[in-house]
Amino acid sequence: MTFLSNLINGISLGSVYAIIALGYTMVYGIAKMLNFAHGDVIMVGAYASYCTMIYLGWHPLLSILFSIVVCTLLGVIIEAFAYKPLRRAGSLAVLITAIGVSYLLQNVALLIWGSTPKVFTSVVNFEPLSFFGGKLTITAESIVTVLACIVIMICLTLFTQKTKIGKAMRAVSEDKDAAELMGINVNTTISITFAVGSALAAVAGVLLCSSYPTLVPTTGSMPGIKAFTAAVFGGIGSIPGAMLGGILLGIIEIFSKSYISTSLSDAIVFAVLILVLLIKPTGILGKKITEKV
Amino acid sequence: MDKMVPYPSNSIVPERDLDKKPILETHHLGVDFGGLTAVDDFSITVGRTEISGLIGPNGAGKTTVFNLLTNVYQPTRGDIMLDGMTTARKTCFQVNKMGIARTFQNIRLFSNMSVLDNVKIGLHNSINQNLFSAMTHLFNYGKSEKAARDEAMSLLEFFDMQDVADSEAGSLPYGAQRRLEIARALATHPKIILLDEPAAGMNPSETSELMENIRRIRDNFGIAVLLIEHDMKLVMNICEGICVLDHGKVIAKGSPDEIKSNPKVIEAYLGKKKEGDANA
Amino acid sequence: MRKFKSINKFTRTGIISYLLVILGFAIIFPLQQLGLINHSLSGQLVPICTYIVMALSLNLTVGFLGELSLGHAGFVSVGAFSGVIAAAGLQDKIAFEPLRLLIAVIIGGICAGIVGLIIGVPVLRLRGDYLAIVTLAFGEIIKNIINCLYVGVDKSGLHISMNDVKSLGMENGKIILNGPQGAVGIDQISSFTAGVILILFALFIILNLVNSKSGRAVMAIRDNRIAAESVGINISKYKLIAFITSSVLAGMAGVVYAMNYSTIVAKKFDFNTSILILVFVVLGGMGNIVGTIIATVVLYMLPELLREFSDFRMLIYAVILIVVMLLTNNEKVKLILSNTTGKLLSKSGKIIKWKGSADNG
Repeated sequence: MTFLSNLINGISLGSVYAIIALGYTMVYGIAKMLNFAHGDVIMVGAYASYCTMIYLGWHPLLSILFSIVVCTLLGVIIEAFAYKPLRRAGSLAVLITAIGVSYLLQNVALLIWGSTPKVFTSVVNFEPLSFFGGKLTITAESIVTVLACIVIMICLTLFTQKTKIGKAMRAVSEDKDAAELMGINVNTTISITFAVGSALAAVAGVLLCSSYPTLVPTTGSMPGIKAFTAAVFGGIGSIPGAMLGGILLGIIEIFSKSYISTSLSDAIVFAVLILVLLIKPTGILGKKITEKV
Repeated sequence: MDKMVPYPSNSIVPERDLDKKPILETHHLGVDFGGLTAVDDFSITVGRTEISGLIGPNGAGKTTVFNLLTNVYQPTRGDIMLDGMTTARKTCFQVNKMGIARTFQNIRLFSNMSVLDNVKIGLHNSINQNLFSAMTHLFNYGKSEKAARDEAMSLLEFFDMQDVADSEAGSLPYGAQRRLEIARALATHPKIILLDEPAAGMNPSETSELMENIRRIRDNFGIAVLLIEHDMKLVMNICEGICVLDHGKVIAKGSPDEIKSNPKVIEAYLGKKKEGDANA
Repeated sequence: MRKFKSINKFTRTGIISYLLVILGFAIIFPLQQLGLINHSLSGQLVPICTYIVMALSLNLTVGFLGELSLGHAGFVSVGAFSGVIAAAGLQDKIAFEPLRLLIAVIIGGICAGIVGLIIGVPVLRLRGDYLAIVTLAFGEIIKNIINCLYVGVDKSGLHISMNDVKSLGMENGKIILNGPQGAVGIDQISSFTAGVILILFALFIILNLVNSKSGRAVMAIRDNRIAAESVGINISKYKLIAFITSSVLAGMAGVVYAMNYSTIVAKKFDFNTSILILVFVVLGGMGNIVGTIIATVVLYMLPELLREFSDFRMLIYAVILIVVMLLTNNEKVKLILSNTTGKLLSKSGKIIKWKGSADNG
C-alpha cells in the first residue's frame, strides 16, 4: 500500500514538474535559450495567489486567475526587456541575463515579502479521498494537480497542432529565418510562447505550494532546476517529452526518498538524468540532431 | 599530361603511377541515410600522384563521398583502402593520421585564431611536444615550437601568404581563406588531399592561380589530389582521371577527353546545362 | 611601446596578467601587514584570490574549450573537502603549516582531477546545452554526497561513513566532516600569500597551455570541431585534457578557500556558486584572462561596496548584471567600443575586411 501511495505522490509531484517543464521546453524550443528565470516566475505566481487569498480574501479560483495574469504579463515583460535585445547574441549572454533576471525576481520578492516563510493555504479544499479502510489516502491536491496536468497537456497539444499561432510556434522552432520569410512574425510568436509558458508557471506555482506550503523567495529555484532537468530528460523542445520527463522525475524522486535515502534523493534524480543522457544523448523523446558537413 | 592506362583492379591511373600501389581505392562503397541511398557502388582508384576529379550535378552525392572517405560518415557497404590499408572502424582524426586530408565546401577555418596558428594546428601530429612540456614550456618546448613555426611559415610562403601570418584567419579575403584551408590540410603531411569545390566563388584569375597551385602541390609534395568542382574549365584542364557521379552512382570514369564525349555524361549532366559551361 | 605590441598576443596577455597579480600583491600585502586594511576587506582577500583561480580554471572550459559547464563548484567542493581531510590527517605529522597546506592543495587538486576524469569521460561526448545540464547535475550530486559524508580521524587512521557519526566507530577520534554540518574545526592555515601564489600557478599553467600544441588543439575544437578532427586532432583527448586541468585548478582553489574558514558546508558550493563563477568568466570575457581577473575582483567586491544600500545590494547587483549583458551585446555600443578600442589595439592600423562572395560558396 505504501508503494501505491508513493506512486501517487510521485505522479502528483511529477505533474507539477511537468507543468513547469512545459514552460521550459516551449521557450527552449522556440528561443533556443535556457530561461533560468522560469523557476522564479513560479515563485511570483505563488506569492500573487497567496496575497490575494490572504490579504484580500479572494476565492482561490479567482486568485489563481489573478496569478496567471500576473505571470503572463511578467513573462512578456521579461522577454521584451531582457531577452529580445539579445536575440542575435550568443547563448551564454542570454543565459547570464536570465540568471540576472532570476536574481532580480528573487531579490524583489525578498524586499516585498521578506525572508520569513509564508504558509500557503491550499487552493483545494476538498477532503482527502480514503481507500481500503484508510490504508490509502489520496490528498485532494494530488488529484487536482494530476487533473490539471492532463488538461494542460491536452490543451497545449491541441493549441500547437491545430491553431494558427501554435503552427507558427512550431515553424519558428524549426527554422526561425524560414518562418520569418513565410510571413510569420517571429517576435510576436516568441512573446506568445513566453506568455503561455509563464501562465503555466503560475498554475505550477499555486499547485506546488498547495502540496508543499512553505513559500519563500527561493521557493522556485530548486523545482525550477528539477523541471529543467525533466525537460532535458524527456527531450528538450518536445512537449510530450517534458510531460513524460516531469512525471518520471517526480516518481523517481519520491521513490528514492522513501526507499533509499531522503538526503540522497536529489543525487539519485540527477544520476538517473545523466544515465539517460548518456544512453540517449538527446533525451527520451528528443530528436536526433545530425550535423551537416 | 600522362597517358591514362588501365589499373589491374578496376580503374585507370596515370602511366607513371602504374608500378606503384594506388593511394586510394574504394570498392563498391555505399551509404544509406534512413531509407535513402545517397551513394551506391562507388569504386575508384586514385594513383600515387594523380590529380583526379569528382564531378556531377548538384545533389549527386559528391560531398557525401568525401565524408565517407574521411570517415565523417561510416559507409553502409563496401570498403576504402588508403595506401593499401582499410579505413574501416577508424575515426576522422585517425584517418587523417593515415594520410588523408581535406578542405570543406563551406570553408571551415579556426577563424578566431591567427593564420599561422591555423597552419600550426594542421601540424599538430608532427609537433613533438608532450603535455608536461606544453604546460611548463620546459624541455623540448622551444625547439618543437620553433620547428613548427618554421614549417608553418614555409607552407604559408608556398601559397604566398607569409605576410598575413599574424592576421586573424576569419578576417582574410575569401580566396585567401580557401588557400589557407589547403595549406592547413597540407600541414598534416597527407598522401592524398581532397579539395571540395576549391574554386567556388573565385574569379577567373584566381581560378587559374588555383590550377597552378594544385599542380604545384602535386609536384612539390608528390601527393595525389582528388577534387570536387563545378568549374569544368578547371576540371578538364588539370584532372587526369575524372569520375562522374549522378544520383549517387558512378556513371562514367575516364580521361577528360573520354568524359567529354561520353553520351551518358552529356545526357545526365552536360545535356541539362544549356549554357554549356563545359566547353573547355 | 611598438616593441611591446609586436610580441605574440599570448605572451603579451601573460606579461600583463602576471604584472597585474604581482602589483596587486605588492600593494595590498604591506598594507595588510601594517593593519591598514579594514577587517572586512582583509577577510575577503583569500576568497577573492581563490575565486580568481576558480574563474580562470572555468575559463579554460568555457572560454578556451567552448563547452558550457554549470557544475564548476562541484570540483571546487571535491578539492575543498579532500584537502581539509588531508590537512586534518596530517596535522600531527607535519608541523610546518605552509608545507601542510601545499600537500593539502596537491591532494585536493588530484582528487578534483580524478572526479573530473570520471565525469569527463562519459560526459564530454555530449554537446552544448546537454553538456551544461549534465555538469549541473554532477555538481548537485557532488554536493548531495558530501552532505551525507561523515569522516573522522583517530590513531588508527581515517574513518568514513555515509550514515552518521556513531557508525564511524572511532575512539577518542576527531570528527573532520560531519554530514550536513560540513567540515568542522578546520585549521585555518591558508593566507593571502598562498592565494596569490595559487593565482600565479594557475596563470602559469593556463597561459603556457594556451600557447602550446595542446592549447591550440583545444581552441581548434572550440572554433570548428569538424575541421579540428579533419586535421588529425583527437577531440576526446583534448577535451578531456582541458576539462581535467580545469577541475584540478578548481580543486586547488577549493582547498585554499576552505582552509580560510573554521567551518565549511557542502551547500557553499552549490549551483549558485557555479553560476557566480560563470558570471565572472562571461563578464570578464571568454578566453580573456586579464578580463577574468578584473571581473572577478570587481564583481566579488561589488556586493561589499553596495553594503550601504543593505537590502538593495543584491537587487542592484542583479540589475547591473542585466544591464552589462544588454550593453555589451548591443550593436551600437559594440560599434562605439570597437571604434575606441580598435584604434588602440589594432596592430598595424590596417584591418583586413572580409570581402568574399558568400553567395557562391
